[in-house]
Amino acid sequence: MNYFFLVFGFILSQNAGAVEALTMSQIAPGIYLHQSEQYWPDRENHGEIANIGFIVGEKCVAVIDSGGSPQQGIALKKAIKQITATPICYVINTHVHPDHIYGNLAFKQSGVQFVGHYKLPRAMAVRGEHYLSNAKQTLDIHVDQDNIVPPDLTVKDSMKLELGNREILLTAHPSAHTDNDLSVYDKTTNTFWLADILFVEHIPVLDGSIKGWLSELNRLEKFHYALVIPGHGHPVKDWPAGMLPQKAYLNKLANETRKLIRQGKTLEQAVETVGLSDRNHWELFDQFHRKNVTIAFAELEWED
Amino acid sequence: MNILKAFAYTLILMTLSGHAVAEGDDDTWNNVLKSQFFAGKTIQETDDIISLDAPYRAEDPAIVPLRVSSRISQSQDKYIKKIWMFVDKNPLPFVGEFEFFPESGKADLALRIRVNTYSNIRAIAETNDGKLTMTKKFVKASGGCSAPVGADLDEAMKRQGKVKFRLDEIAQPGKPVLTQLMISHPNLTGMQMDQMTRFVRKSNFINELKVSFNNKQVLKAKMDIAISADPNFRFYFVPDKSGALKAEFTDISCESPISRDACNKGRSYTQNYEVIM
Repeated sequence: MNYFFLVFGFILSQNAGAVEALTMSQIAPGIYLHQSEQYWPDRENHGEIANIGFIVGEKCVAVIDSGGSPQQGIALKKAIKQITATPICYVINTHVHPDHIYGNLAFKQSGVQFVGHYKLPRAMAVRGEHYLSNAKQTLDIHVDQDNIVPPDLTVKDSMKLELGNREILLTAHPSAHTDNDLSVYDKTTNTFWLADILFVEHIPVLDGSIKGWLSELNRLEKFHYALVIPGHGHPVKDWPAGMLPQKAYLNKLANETRKLIRQGKTLEQAVETVGLSDRNHWELFDQFHRKNVTIAFAELEWED
Repeated sequence: MNILKAFAYTLILMTLSGHAVAEGDDDTWNNVLKSQFFAGKTIQETDDIISLDAPYRAEDPAIVPLRVSSRISQSQDKYIKKIWMFVDKNPLPFVGEFEFFPESGKADLALRIRVNTYSNIRAIAETNDGKLTMTKKFVKASGGCSAPVGADLDEAMKRQGKVKFRLDEIAQPGKPVLTQLMISHPNLTGMQMDQMTRFVRKSNFINELKVSFNNKQVLKAKMDIAISADPNFRFYFVPDKSGALKAEFTDISCESPISRDACNKGRSYTQNYEVIM
């Protein structure tokens, strides 16, 4: 029995050892990003489809999203170890979606604190079981409750984290992409890690509130940032210009949906007609657009 | 050669039947639901009494629009008495049972449901002569970041109990009028593992609904957690003159996600809507 576990443990560690370090690029001093191509999460890519990375201070590294699979979490950790000897102090989960949290377990050890929006634990609780039960079939990965690590620190409004001569500011946003969106701002380089509050090239995915998302974009549009990092797509160097396609998409989605609701049309009719003129502007349009219309409709029909 | 051919055919057949299984098997229906809900009854599979519309892919598993259309009109002599709906592969397959009356005009019903995974969805109709017919559709669940819970729980909770009626056309005496009933309620499934405490949260959902017009019933329903948050129904009734359309419903909270043995009654709600002709 013991021998079995020994052998099994050996195979596991061999596997972990076989994982190659994730390719990273330094997009601003001390800010490293692994930028993904735009894919629907499937059994080929195992859900490793989001932009993930980390920020290095003099005393601490803060990981921003841990990856879409346990393996990607291991690969990210390996990349960090290759790039810096600075210890990892924080793993920030920008929201509940599996492509941003399934690498969590690789980082779970004493000295590492997991950080999330104050609604992240609830979102993990209400969605976790469903995500886990589908992972084998849809992503061909093994995950269980241990892979979803709930936050040790939760952010209600905002929170400063000191990384050593480098301060980052976390903001818990009102419902937008999801109801648990958390962004990371690096003062040193004026870089804003918006994660899935910003989509570039990849169609914006609505899983929170379309009204909330638009009002958040209107607010953030007024600020100047040197660099803004989306959860999917290329980093934006010309904020707010690089964000405007997303805003236009969401505005059109909201306006056309409202119009149909006023005309007494149904959800089924809305998914057949709303926003289709944007089809060629976005990658993965066919995979997400009808879901976006569905969620927008269900929210906007309660407007009075 | 012949043996090879036969082998090839067998392979093709095996592949085909394997595919059919993947496209929505009837195991849960045959092994569980049929005997649980219709023991000893004969059910004919046909679209002659009711047909079922569902999207082939559930774009958002939390909100899957379903529509049952009746192929016969409701009269005192012949009418559809009851329609049951099931999602075979949901943790709790029973969606609801819906009673119709001659005064319903048409036993059509559109609603939104939760579909957890790839599954057959079925509707069974009972006509007033006691005959049962069944129709079904296969629905592919959407993967990705979707989950069969509402997108914004707090918003749904803030609105809880708010009700809207809408008539999609001008009501005319003696003519079935399409009516929409929207209820704001989070319809919590209780399937949810609490990450911090490892407790399973209780469900809280609308379990009974009655709609009447001038105190005559037009729709009566028993439902469970497969109904989406903010339950939404479209159905018909036949007004004879101006009067009050009334919705009465209750919610319930249950200890176990999939058993209904230990439940506590919740709140009762009433909403009136004046229909003027």
